[in-house]
Amino acid sequence: MTTSASATGTTSGAGTPAPTSTASTATRVLGAATLVGIALLVVFGVFVSPPDKELGETIRILYMHVPTVSVAYLAFIVTAVGSAMYLWKRTEFWDLLAASSAEIGVVFFGLTILNGMLWGKITWGVFWRWEPRLTTTAVLFLTYIGYLAVRAVPASPRTRATRCAVVGLLAVVNIPIVHKAVDWWRGLHQERTIFGTLKPEIQGTQAFAAYLGLGVFLLLFAWLLIHRFRVAFLAERAAESGLEGAIAERRQEAGQ
Amino acid sequence: MSSTGYIVAAWVVTFAVVAGYALWVLARGRRLSREVAPEERRWMTAGSRGRE
Repeated sequence: MTTSASATGTTSGAGTPAPTSTASTATRVLGAATLVGIALLVVFGVFVSPPDKELGETIRILYMHVPTVSVAYLAFIVTAVGSAMYLWKRTEFWDLLAASSAEIGVVFFGLTILNGMLWGKITWGVFWRWEPRLTTTAVLFLTYIGYLAVRAVPASPRTRATRCAVVGLLAVVNIPIVHKAVDWWRGLHQERTIFGTLKPEIQGTQAFAAYLGLGVFLLLFAWLLIHRFRVAFLAERAAESGLEGAIAERRQEAGQ
Repeated sequence: MSSTGYIVAAWVVTFAVVAGYALWVLARGRRLSREVAPEERRWMTAGSRGRE
C-alpha cells in the first residue's frame, strides 16, 4: 500500500511533496486499465457473446454475478488474513487492510445478491427463495454487516482492532458453507457453471466474457482496496489529531 | 418487466453502485488529506505503527 507523492502536494518532513489525495501513479495506471477492461467487458458481455442454449439471454447476468461474488469472497479472505496477521503482529497496517477489504467485500456481495435476485426473477419467477444457497448467502452478508457494525462501536483503536480481528476470522468460516451449499443440499440454485468445476459448462466467447469479467473486477478490487486503505489510514490520523487538539484545548481551559 | 429489462438493470445497477462507491472513497480521501498534516500523509508508515 505504498505510494508515490502527488506533485501538487505540500512538503512533508521527508522533503518530498505530500499527496493531496489517495491517488498515486500506480493507482492511476491501475484505474485506467480497469476502465479499458470495463469497456471491453461491456462490448463482449452485451454485444459479442451469443445467448446460451440453456440459460438464454440471462447468461449476461452471469458476467456480473460470478465476478462480483468472486471478488467478494476474495475480499473476505483478505479480511481474514489481515485479521490473523493483526492478532499476530498487532500493527495498524493489518487492521486497516482487513477493515478496508471487508467494506469492499460487503459492497460486492450486496451486488451479487442483487444480481442473483434479478436472475431469480427471470428464472424462478420470484426474487427470493429461502433455499440453501440463498439462505447461507444471506447469513454471510449479515455476518459482514456485523463486522462493519463492530467496527463502528466506540472503543480504543486497539480494542476495536482486536474485536474486529476475531469477527473477521470467525466470519470467513461461512464462505465454504455458502460455496458448497449447492452440493450439500438440494436447492433451486444451479450448480457451479465455470469456476470450481473441472468441466465448465460455457466455452468460447461466453467463457472469454466470463473470465474477462473476473479479470476486470479483480483489477477494480485492487484499485478500490488501495484507495480505501489510504482513506482508512488518513481517517486514523485525522482522529488522532482531533483528539490531540481537544486535549490541548482542555488543558488550556484548565490553565486559565 | 421483460427479461431484457432485468438484465439491463443488473448491469446498470452493478456499475452505478461501484462508481458511486468509488467516487465516495475518492472524495473522502481528498477531504481527509486536507485535514491531515503533510508529514502524516505517508501510508508507508502504516506497516510499522503498533496499535497502542
